[in-house]
Amino acid sequence: MISFELNGDKVTYEGDPNMPLLWYVRDELNLTGSKFGCGVGMCGACTMHLNGQPVRSCSTPMAAANGARVTTIEGLNSEAAVAIQQAWQKLDVVQCGYCQSGQVMSATALLENNKQPNDQDIDMAMQGNICRCATYHRIRAAIHEASDTLAKEVS
Amino acid sequence: MFIEQLQHHDSVMHNISRRGFLKTLGIAGSGLVLGVTLPSFSPAYAAESGNGEMNLFVSIDESGEVNIICHRSEMGQGIRTSLPQVLADELQADWERVNVVQGLANASYGSQNTDGSRSVRHFYQTMREMGASARTMLEQAAAEKWGVPVEEVKAIDHKVVHQSGKSLGFGELAAAASKLTPPDVASLVFKNKQDFKYIGKGLTIVDMHDIQTGKTQFGQDVHMEGMLYASIVRAPVVGANVLSFDKDAALKTPGVADVVAMPERSFPVGFNSLPGVAVLASNTWSAQQAAKKLSIEWTQHENQSHDSGAFLATLQERVKSKGKVQRSVGDAYAELDKAENTVQASYSVPYLAHATMEPPAATAVFKDGQMEIWACTQTPQSTQNTVAQVLGLEPSQVKVNVTLLGGGFGRKSKPDFSVEAAILAKHSGKPVKVVWSRENDIQHGYYHAISAQHYQAGLNDKGQVSSWIQRSAFPSIGWTFSGNTNEPQSWELSLGFGDVPFQLPHLSCESHEATAHARIGWIRSVCNIQHAFALGSFVDEVAVAADKSTPQMWLELIGEDANIDPGQQGFEFSNYGETLERFPLDTKRLKHCLNEVIAKSGADKPTAANEAWGVSVHRSFVSYVAVAAKVKVDNNKVTVLEMHSAIDAGTVVNPDRVKSQQEGSMIFGLSIALLGEISFKEGKVQQSNYHDYQVLRMNQCPEIYTHIIDSDAVPGGVGEPGTPPVAAAVANAIYHASGKRIRDLPVKNHMQV
Repeated sequence: MISFELNGDKVTYEGDPNMPLLWYVRDELNLTGSKFGCGVGMCGACTMHLNGQPVRSCSTPMAAANGARVTTIEGLNSEAAVAIQQAWQKLDVVQCGYCQSGQVMSATALLENNKQPNDQDIDMAMQGNICRCATYHRIRAAIHEASDTLAKEVS
Repeated sequence: MFIEQLQHHDSVMHNISRRGFLKTLGIAGSGLVLGVTLPSFSPAYAAESGNGEMNLFVSIDESGEVNIICHRSEMGQGIRTSLPQVLADELQADWERVNVVQGLANASYGSQNTDGSRSVRHFYQTMREMGASARTMLEQAAAEKWGVPVEEVKAIDHKVVHQSGKSLGFGELAAAASKLTPPDVASLVFKNKQDFKYIGKGLTIVDMHDIQTGKTQFGQDVHMEGMLYASIVRAPVVGANVLSFDKDAALKTPGVADVVAMPERSFPVGFNSLPGVAVLASNTWSAQQAAKKLSIEWTQHENQSHDSGAFLATLQERVKSKGKVQRSVGDAYAELDKAENTVQASYSVPYLAHATMEPPAATAVFKDGQMEIWACTQTPQSTQNTVAQVLGLEPSQVKVNVTLLGGGFGRKSKPDFSVEAAILAKHSGKPVKVVWSRENDIQHGYYHAISAQHYQAGLNDKGQVSSWIQRSAFPSIGWTFSGNTNEPQSWELSLGFGDVPFQLPHLSCESHEATAHARIGWIRSVCNIQHAFALGSFVDEVAVAADKSTPQMWLELIGEDANIDPGQQGFEFSNYGETLERFPLDTKRLKHCLNEVIAKSGADKPTAANEAWGVSVHRSFVSYVAVAAKVKVDNNKVTVLEMHSAIDAGTVVNPDRVKSQQEGSMIFGLSIALLGEISFKEGKVQQSNYHDYQVLRMNQCPEIYTHIIDSDAVPGGVGEPGTPPVAAAVANAIYHASGKRIRDLPVKNHMQV
């Protein structure tokens, strides 16, 4: 049996341990904020946090979640996450929105690890998240915006 | 049931407050509801009935909540915000009290096919009329309640105010207003531009909060109790059918409920499902795993000899000789012989796939003779009609719910995936969600056609163009629906080819045959992709030959300010389904965009030695866009540093969404220019996922600047016109930075990107 913490709640699972975390969360728990984009970890739409680190849940087997703390977009509420979401809104980042929960998850993880990322840091952290609508430069600007907000709150 | 019908040019307004119709839309029927009838729209890309009856709606309930129906599909272009904001402005409504309700498939709306960059173009005026009508009725209701002349009252901020200062809220007036006769559309008074509160403002999109918090529902997100998840293995060669498969191996996989052979198919492919085998399981993973065990053998089909490389070579050879003349003036060939100097070049663009972030998905339930579908579709009506036709139902037995779309770009205006879900739902008797994988999406799309172009120009001793010949060859979208079309259609050649905006005394535009070997479809900006690439590149080449700047060459070729009618030179110009009177091909606007982008970008200023600017300009979807791109080339590696565009799309409803569409469509164009290529070997698509069908990522994304040209002209298209000029601008910049001319896209086949 696999058990772990999902968005603060304990969950248990007894099926195929090779099933990707994404399909368990989407199909069995009906939490559909994490999106299916490629199934091979190439697009980032399925990004979740596993013990605070961003992972591509489409390529993360259930076995890897055992005993872990998993956060999806539905459970995201950290200070960095709020700053990211506010900045997204302020700069009208999204277009179709399908990739955006993955973008928000990756961007939040970036700011939680690095409060003052430069453009290169942002490109490094975000290049695994494809946006076919191409909201990239607004995402870049919004991450800087959120970073500034967090810096002000500290000072 | 209509209280009255009033006709005025295009539209007829009805008061439909008491019609049961609205109940099916999930809106309370009390209060004021207006509908409007529109004439049929010429279906630009899809065969479907455009004969509409009831169309767009606004309703106000007694609490003052305003519901505005969005009958168009949202796929990132912001239409669920832009059209309602037009109506709300004329209504004098408080935007905070407006709900946007997604319209179901219904022929009464007229065409709901959300492609061709026409939602605002076709519905801007209608939305203003509906808003103004509702406002007028609310004012009349207030005047009657107070027993004062209507001239003494005025709607403002969600209420009607009398000159004495007393006021009544929209909610308090809704019931009384609903009993009134709608005003004559001709009598409506519209707001002046300077009084616009929402039109022309960058309102935040209505779905913003839900998107950021993962609460939205896309096609892939639909969930129903007892639902089965379907994974389908489809024929790898178009035309092949299933010969045999291992049903038992798939059935033994845990979680699998059923294995179903999809119906055999022949031509035309249309919007129908593809042949193959479906696995139905209790979750997506089980279905996908079992699908790998099917060991399907396929029947033979001649398309299995299709090799895109060899096919392109054939097209490239063909366009070197004279083709079928589509537009001509003077004698381009005789003038070419007399020319002091001649330039010629051939260009090609490969097959392209949409690769929307959300792969296609549809959920269907068949119960008591009724089919209900939830799908990320750009076209609920052709979903309804195609499903009805394939399953032998009446359209009235098929209800189509439109979810949000995780990107569309034309892929989701083909309802094949909904047909699959409907077939499987009818077969199983349970709700079925068909989940396309990325591999399914890349390998079973409706592809942008592979193409070859050839251009020739003759120059006189002053470096002026005296003769111009251009040719194009590509498999037609028409084949998808006819099964036998074997040459470009005039409406396809109307996308940046036969409408070349030059006033030259000697010109010949010609097309050549090309057979289709795959499902051919439309992708963002359609044939403008190859035509703008070839034209924009060739103008640059001619400029180099004439020792002139590229903008100078464009201005010479375009000539005097004029409205060009390609029909006068024999071309059957479809002009995006619009008349030339309403949407002329206006060379002044084209030149203005070009001049503006150069002024704003500084593309005429010197650069570092290994850097350069490239420019191009193109009219499409009745809007005008010029692009300037700056690149750096280091050891055969290309970096795009910045891109600017100037867009004249006429009147702009939501400038921020126009800007975001420009940003998105230019990067879409940059993906095409640098990376995009679908290839076929033995009739099968060679690519399968984002590793080998690459799209632009953040680290490759240049700075982008959008300059919107202020205009009071009728609104033009916005979602697509930013794409066509990009590839030529980038290829020209690469040439000027490195001396290397890219004539066959994508750039990655020639240089590091």
